[in-house]
Amino acid sequence: MVGRVVAIGGSWGGGAALGRVLASLPGDLGAPVVVALHRYPGASRLAEQLGRHGPLAVADAEDKQELWPGCVLLAPPDYHLLVEGGMCVLSIDEPVRYSRPSIDVLFESVADAYRSRAVGVLLTGASEDGSAGLARIQARGGLTIAQDPASAECPIMPRAAIEAGAVGRVLGLEEIGEALVSACATEDVGVEEGAR
Amino acid sequence: MADRDRGYGEPELEILEIELLLEGIHRHYGFDFRGYAYSSLKRRLWRVMAEEHLSTVSELQSRVLHDEACMERLLRALSINVTAMFRDPDFFVAFRDKVAPLLRTYPFIRVWNAGCSTGEETYSLAILLAEEGLYERTRIYATDINDAVLERAEAGDFPVEKASEYAQNYLKAGGSGAFSDYYATREGTARLSRRLKDNVVFAQHNLVSDRSFNEFHVILCRNVMIYFGRPLQDRVHGLFYDSLDRLGILGLGQKESIRLTRYEGYYEPLDVHHRLYRRIG
Ligand SMILES: C[S@@+](CC[C@H](N)C(=O)[O-])C[C@H]1O[C@@H](n2cnc3c(N)ncnc32)[C@H](O)[C@@H]1O
Repeated sequence: MVGRVVAIGGSWGGGAALGRVLASLPGDLGAPVVVALHRYPGASRLAEQLGRHGPLAVADAEDKQELWPGCVLLAPPDYHLLVEGGMCVLSIDEPVRYSRPSIDVLFESVADAYRSRAVGVLLTGASEDGSAGLARIQARGGLTIAQDPASAECPIMPRAAIEAGAVGRVLGLEEIGEALVSACATEDVGVEEGAR
Repeated sequence: MADRDRGYGEPELEILEIELLLEGIHRHYGFDFRGYAYSSLKRRLWRVMAEEHLSTVSELQSRVLHDEACMERLLRALSINVTAMFRDPDFFVAFRDKVAPLLRTYPFIRVWNAGCSTGEETYSLAILLAEEGLYERTRIYATDINDAVLERAEAGDFPVEKASEYAQNYLKAGGSGAFSDYYATREGTARLSRRLKDNVVFAQHNLVSDRSFNEFHVILCRNVMIYFGRPLQDRVHGLFYDSLDRLGILGLGQKESIRLTRYEGYYEPLDVHHRLYRRIG
């Protein structure tokens, strides 16, 4: 049985927010983490900086690189990141909603590849990117989480997803880490929720 | 579990439909997209489906097979030609520092720029080689699957609005002159100087189905194989290996690595970070 995957998207303020989430994750997280942050093409040291926040190693994704539990792989600047067959796939297709990397592109590929085993997390941002992708993860039975807009540096992005009805749980940054740990310890949220 | 994915379609079924579509296109029209990476290809199919007002890949298959004009539209949509002059300037700095000195030892230099799109990468390389005093003894063979982009590449025009971005890239790429020396502007279009075209040959070549056509000292293929699945990448690496001189140089895109292919052992890194490799075996 293939395990879960965690996909995280962030825009304005997303780097700092992701750093706090990473700080609350253990070194033995049982699932790979893939990330799309709207970042400047020049921000080539982002992975290194994020890696200092917690025990998980962070790197820019390479094309066709395999995912492994506990990896944190970022969409490189100016590339879309998609996931397929347990691997990273990069593309330089046009920006989507003015963004490359696009959070929707990542989330939608994760929704199709992992279905109810996908966990999508949308952090702070001044954009509406991510809502469509979260909706797709949710429709496929995955778990969707948005950062509480009240605590977000910029509430627009998580609020848009909540208003679109695409969010299962609204959480503060501290609680997101915990939720991820417990989700990654169970095989399938669909089953877990069905059992309740 | 999920109640049939609420309107999003079955992902496994869609993959089957894509396989059938690509098989049909290959058998009927001869274009072979079967080894491409599905996740990125799928998004472009979705776009075509929206434009054609179709809701499934199977419907698209039917239209494409019965309507040649639709096949043309699909081909255009599947072709991603995004490029820029001196894209990833650091790559060109590394090329100047690590590759140019090696090329100086050759009396004649053959370069293959595979997947050249509209030519921006090719002309960037021509400028670099000219500044290193190597261009006069170089021939660049620039190829792409798409003949429409090759026509534009041959013209050597770019929109004037791009000039300042390109000039910045050029400087970051270690340019030793002024970027404006390499083009002339007329009516909103910038045309690259004749000299940069003199030693360049543009030609159609399909990396999936065509063979090696020469032996090269340098092959650049950047941001093309990211659209291929792994088995196809391995095949194309085989083609490059066969087309490289014994100590030839291979340059890949910023986030592509020889490490993830079957050909890792045949190259040594010249600059790992900038994806420059040298054939050793
Ligand atoms: C994204 S562009 C890259 C352009 C340039 N190398 C760069 O990095 O700026 C990809 C190019 O690969 C070409 N391509 C795609 N499949 C190909 C194939 N099977 N054979 C040759 N070229 C192909 C496309 O037509 C497109 O022009």
